[in-house]
Amino acid sequence: MADYSNYGLLVDYKYCDNCGSCVVGCQEIKDLPAGKSGIQVFEKGPFRKDNDTLDDRWDWDYIPVPTDLCDLCAARLDEGEKPMCVKHCLTFCLDFGPVEELAKKSEKLGEKVAIYKPM
Amino acid sequence: MDKQFDHEWQTPQPDGSTIFRTCAWSPPGDHPVGCGVELYVKDGKLIRVEGDETNPITQGRLCPRCLALKDYTYDPKRIIYPMKRDPEKRGDANAWERITWDEAYDLIKAWVDDIEKKYGREAIVVFGGTGREACMFYYPMAFSVLNTPNLCYAQSGWSCYGPRSSVADYILGAGYPELDTGYFPDRFDNPNYELTKVVVEWGKMPLWSNGDGFFGHSLIDMMKRGTKFIVVDPRVTWLGARKGNMTLQLKPGTDASLALGILNVIINEDLYDHDFVENWCYGFDELAERVNEYPLELVEKQTWVPAEEIRAAARIMATNHPMCIQWGLAIDQNKNGVQAGHAILSIMAITGNIDVPGGLTVGDPAVRLGHWCTDSRQYLSDEMWEKRIGVGKWPAFAATMASTHPDETLETLETGEPYAVKMAWINSSNFLSATCSMQNQRWYKALLPMEHTVATDLFMNPTIEALADLFLPMTTYAEHDGFVIPYYMSNNVWLGCMAKAFSTGETKSDLEICYEVGRRVTPKANWSKYNNVHEWLDEQLDDEPLLPFTFDEFKEMGVYFPPMTYRKYEKGMLRNDGQPGFNTVTGKFELYSVLYDAWGEDPMPYFEEPNYTQVSQPQLAEKYPLMATSGARVSAFFHSEQRQIPRLRALNPDPLVEINPKTAEKYGIEDGDWVQVYNMFGKGNWRAKVTPTIDERTVHCQHGWWFPEEDGSAPNLYGVFKSNFNLLLPHYNVGNLGFGTPAKGIMVNMRKVSSLDDQNESNFKQIPPTLVESHGWIKDAETAREILE
Repeated sequence: MADYSNYGLLVDYKYCDNCGSCVVGCQEIKDLPAGKSGIQVFEKGPFRKDNDTLDDRWDWDYIPVPTDLCDLCAARLDEGEKPMCVKHCLTFCLDFGPVEELAKKSEKLGEKVAIYKPM
Repeated sequence: MDKQFDHEWQTPQPDGSTIFRTCAWSPPGDHPVGCGVELYVKDGKLIRVEGDETNPITQGRLCPRCLALKDYTYDPKRIIYPMKRDPEKRGDANAWERITWDEAYDLIKAWVDDIEKKYGREAIVVFGGTGREACMFYYPMAFSVLNTPNLCYAQSGWSCYGPRSSVADYILGAGYPELDTGYFPDRFDNPNYELTKVVVEWGKMPLWSNGDGFFGHSLIDMMKRGTKFIVVDPRVTWLGARKGNMTLQLKPGTDASLALGILNVIINEDLYDHDFVENWCYGFDELAERVNEYPLELVEKQTWVPAEEIRAAARIMATNHPMCIQWGLAIDQNKNGVQAGHAILSIMAITGNIDVPGGLTVGDPAVRLGHWCTDSRQYLSDEMWEKRIGVGKWPAFAATMASTHPDETLETLETGEPYAVKMAWINSSNFLSATCSMQNQRWYKALLPMEHTVATDLFMNPTIEALADLFLPMTTYAEHDGFVIPYYMSNNVWLGCMAKAFSTGETKSDLEICYEVGRRVTPKANWSKYNNVHEWLDEQLDDEPLLPFTFDEFKEMGVYFPPMTYRKYEKGMLRNDGQPGFNTVTGKFELYSVLYDAWGEDPMPYFEEPNYTQVSQPQLAEKYPLMATSGARVSAFFHSEQRQIPRLRALNPDPLVEINPKTAEKYGIEDGDWVQVYNMFGKGNWRAKVTPTIDERTVHCQHGWWFPEEDGSAPNLYGVFKSNFNLLLPHYNVGNLGFGTPAKGIMVNMRKVSSLDDQNESNFKQIPPTLVESHGWIKDAETAREILE
């Protein structure tokens, strides 16, 4: 297996809508039971903003976070495939790769982007 | 022909497995979305599910329900052999015995012959659910297989898709119109496509519902390209809460008032498309007059939406082009919904957004794949067709719906008038759960006396456990061949192919069951002429000049986009006579409906306060001070399905009621507490989710709940009446054309309880007889008092 220790997971979390595909996809490929997964989705808010406007009223985001079970699907990467969560995310809000490349990509993605280095 | 896509549909792998490409419809349930799936099959078993990145719409993405297909396929609770049960033991979960298909066919043949001899075939009613592939086969199952005119979608007022389709038919002369998300092989990049600037989600949340075949997450693709959203919903949704998007948080059931208020602004501020109105609309002057009855101060009072927000939204909708409104189930589940739908389509028309790039697509009548539904009627005589239950009373309904009237069907079942029903066929439906029928315990009691009841499904459900004598096991979408037809043939903007990848047990598809039963019980119909279902599939394509391929060729392609022509009304492509215009009585888009006028309905949209609100029933306002809405979809489940799949259930373990923090505090309720929601019709328990995204005056109860882990035998029936919103809804609260139900808005109260099982009184709540007599209608204060006593 190749060395993926410099790889990370990018989350463009302004788009995460908590569809659950990352969680269930991970459980399926790693054969994990309900309640255990290599990725978990947290909810921030919803808080109504101060001085809100009609088109900017809520502070409310879902934020996926890899757990200790995440190995970025190293076996799939070896086969030239994407991690399960990245491939199946319904909003395409996930990406993977060497962290320095992800950092460069994040510059173009605007607000609300996180990069995780699970390993 | 040039192929749009050229895939291998089977790719052998070095480890001995094979990858099968297919498009998903159902089961497991979803609408005809056709998501691209790669199924890894080894030794005849599904070992892995991946998304198909070559699918031009879904591009590899899959929702949790498809990702968990392996769990669903091999769940120990799945039924993979036919079973029968003594009719005396209906409701006994332990009384089923395995039989062969031949025994099942013999039983069906004997039962149908017996019913025909004693009562005639019209004594059979076929029940079907919503959205799944089964809903395109319950038409032939009734008409050409069992040869009865009575097919019933048991939702009060046919309140899912039927009303919207009918409104589109009456005033636009076309099938279900839908937001254009670039229905070309190169999608958004096609030079003929134009990105929608503003999309309005009106009583709809496609991210989870994927309504009628629209891939909901196309909206995210559009949002990333710059589309803005206006969401009309009693709940602030995640989509409506994104920066740049907005939410009009209305009182449930007041959509028609809001739409008329928006029309008022667009017309009186002269923001409408004069060219389209002058050339292609009928009745503009009458509409301009009507909207003046809806000044924004009044609309704000009726809808709770601040006047300045309505004005701002109306201006955005009128001045951004293309703009498109996606109308949702909230329009159907409303007895004033025909008017709301009419007003919403009128906004689309007068802003010039009908059948334009990025606007509202209008179905091309030249692509008819799926026409087997209505064609199967040819095997019923006119005399037999006239016997369809309840349609004599509802001519507008009968003109567009090839089914019984659902509310009349319940009354026929209960009274035996105009004739007795003696056999039921439950075609993949679970209407005792809170999915469609209102006052489900009445349906339960009315169907118990059937002489014979047959059911098709993949898992046991409360409805089948309660009522059926014969269980026919079904295939998943991965285990049979078929077509994915968005909008059920009324707007074939793209088409998908379902290709069988493997088999499980002795399961069969809807088509296979129609074929096998049809040739046995109704030899005069078409089923006898085919040697196998493949011939039937090929015949469907033979009939389509614009679909020049065989079924096997379609398997290789996976997805197909028929030719897309915009502004078909200018080109004579919509009317039967080939003239330009719309296929309506006047040839125009009817802001004033000539048909409504003929049917005795107001030809123009109007607002009517729902019958069960604090405004309509002031004498009950104190007792039931909140409005409850229901039916918002979630990612984990398709209506009442998937509660038994652990990985999916874990995403939403309990039935939830959303309550605003201020309201929760007033009632002493905390997040996670069990709460009983109740009104004059019934009650149920939900678990509190305290959230500021719902209005203080509104609560939202999840629908479709039952508990496969509980005792299945009657009276518990997997706890189906413990958390069942439809028990809180009246039977037969329909509008003047026969459509609608107050499922999206009804007055309630709530109290804290200790658990799901803390029901305070017997689950099986009897409906007060006065309500039954009055169709669930509280006519006056005196009746109200009687009910409350």
